[in-house]
Amino acid sequence: MSRGTATDLVYLIAIVGFILALKGLSSPRRARIGNLAGAAGMLLAVAWTFSLPGVYAHEHNLLLMIIAIVAGVAIGIPAARLVKMTAMPQMVAIFNGVGGGAAALVSITEFLAIGGKSIAVYKIFEVLFGVLVGSVSFAGSAIAFAKLQELMTGRPITYPAQQPVNALVGAGILAIAIATLVTASTPLLVALLVLSLVLGVIFVLPIGGADVPVLISLLNSFTGLAVAASGFTLNSDLLIVAGTLVGASGMLLTRMMSQAMGRSLPNILFSAFGSVVTASGGESLGDRSVRSGTSDDIGVLLAYARKVAIVPGYGLAVAQAQHTARELAEALAARGVEVYYAIHPVAGRMPGHMNVLLAEANVPYDQLLEMDEANPQMATTDVALVVGANDVVNPAAKTTPGSPIYGMPIINADQAGNVVFLKRSMRPGFAGIDNELLYDPKTTLLFGDAKDSLTKLVAAVGSA
Amino acid sequence: MSTGILGYVTIFVLAVFVGYEVVSKVPSILHTPLMSGSNAIHGIILVGTMIVLGNAHGPAQDALGFVAVLLATLNVVGGFVVTDRMLEMFKARPGGARAARPSAGSTGGDVSAGGAGDSGAGGGAGA
Repeated sequence: MSRGTATDLVYLIAIVGFILALKGLSSPRRARIGNLAGAAGMLLAVAWTFSLPGVYAHEHNLLLMIIAIVAGVAIGIPAARLVKMTAMPQMVAIFNGVGGGAAALVSITEFLAIGGKSIAVYKIFEVLFGVLVGSVSFAGSAIAFAKLQELMTGRPITYPAQQPVNALVGAGILAIAIATLVTASTPLLVALLVLSLVLGVIFVLPIGGADVPVLISLLNSFTGLAVAASGFTLNSDLLIVAGTLVGASGMLLTRMMSQAMGRSLPNILFSAFGSVVTASGGESLGDRSVRSGTSDDIGVLLAYARKVAIVPGYGLAVAQAQHTARELAEALAARGVEVYYAIHPVAGRMPGHMNVLLAEANVPYDQLLEMDEANPQMATTDVALVVGANDVVNPAAKTTPGSPIYGMPIINADQAGNVVFLKRSMRPGFAGIDNELLYDPKTTLLFGDAKDSLTKLVAAVGSA
Repeated sequence: MSTGILGYVTIFVLAVFVGYEVVSKVPSILHTPLMSGSNAIHGIILVGTMIVLGNAHGPAQDALGFVAVLLATLNVVGGFVVTDRMLEMFKARPGGARAARPSAGSTGGDVSAGGAGDSGAGGGAGA
């Protein structure tokens, strides 16, 4: 068997590993083994690449390669291991962004290496696509990270003449791309790189914090396509197939995620959420009063209930209160109260985020009910304890056709006998929409950090 | 390689369909791990960055290639490790919820043994 054939075969095995990874990640039972199949495929492909005869032209290039890989491993593994579970979404954004950046750099460097006017037009097209999409993914992921890490506001950022500015940048990119196709000029390619980075930033700025997960999924798909473009540039089947797999599956995943929020993808990307909200929220709900209670009152309410639903949201995650929530559930269970958790698919900042956090706190799996299982139980539930969640229990999603979240499936906490909100303040949730349920006569509010409030409730239940 | 541009386009089109079909049914709790897992897979750009850096000429290309390999390595190791950490949280699922079944004794044993083996293999793949 020739070396070239052996390489093709090894890369084919790697690709099968990637397909098995995606397939495995579609079911809870095989997810972990699937991910390992992907990692094994990756290790195999990278290790084999080292053995290729043409992989390095000079000794110092091999040295640089080894240094870069060792440094990447030395930074990447601790970063990924040490990050808190609540910060996972940001980490995914970062690791996606660097992948997009790498794809853009491959396209640029290969363009420089081929160089000059001898380069075929379709090759330039592949390079342009790789640079454009890779850079948008890189810059967009950086902004997404900043939003989730709260380095900047999670609210949609809008400014005057936003649409004309976007159109101008888009037109500029198109013009430069065409000029580069004709002239194969390096300065023009650099200009395209810069404008693509700008596009990545202005594309993400108007997207609100609650929608950022869907955006990350979209950018993930973009990076896949940029990798596929690099594959075309380098004539590599491996990169084309792996990049395209991610591009296509990522696009479908993005659609599934927006469906879980009951919204269309264009609606998420292009409707600057916040502006609509203030307009509709302000008029209907003025200075209406809410009822706030003490932790002792609520402790008694919980302790003498028969059935309690805990509805966790991002506030629980951010306060690291998942362990305290479990303590409260155990304290209630010890008194014979039936406790379950009602998990909205997009509670937290990423779909599935809440399941992961509660599983980390050793909450028994059979107490975690998906929305469809939990909702039929709500009518017979005495107390719905909403911890740091807001939009996912907002009845406006069912009753107010003008609301930005109209159509999103919600946890029907409003059907429970009593509703208790643990909130930091009266500030509305990520979507920025006021919640009618807060003003309901059967609703009690307990203000404060979710963890502190839960700790007080554990004590109150104990002495009730 | 003998394949021309049309050969690559063929591969591309087929991969679009495979990618689409292979994730057609995902429960919402796995959306985040799937996103993270596919994020790790596009780290395959590492192979491309290695080829580019290996054949770089001059300091500019060396520098670009070096940064590219570094970023791609971060993508690969970070992607797989983060995904594995997320999935670690799901490992109690089959044993916990379905333990009531009569046949669950042997299944549970298999799962926990697999889990222990997995974490060892995960470390190996990461290094």
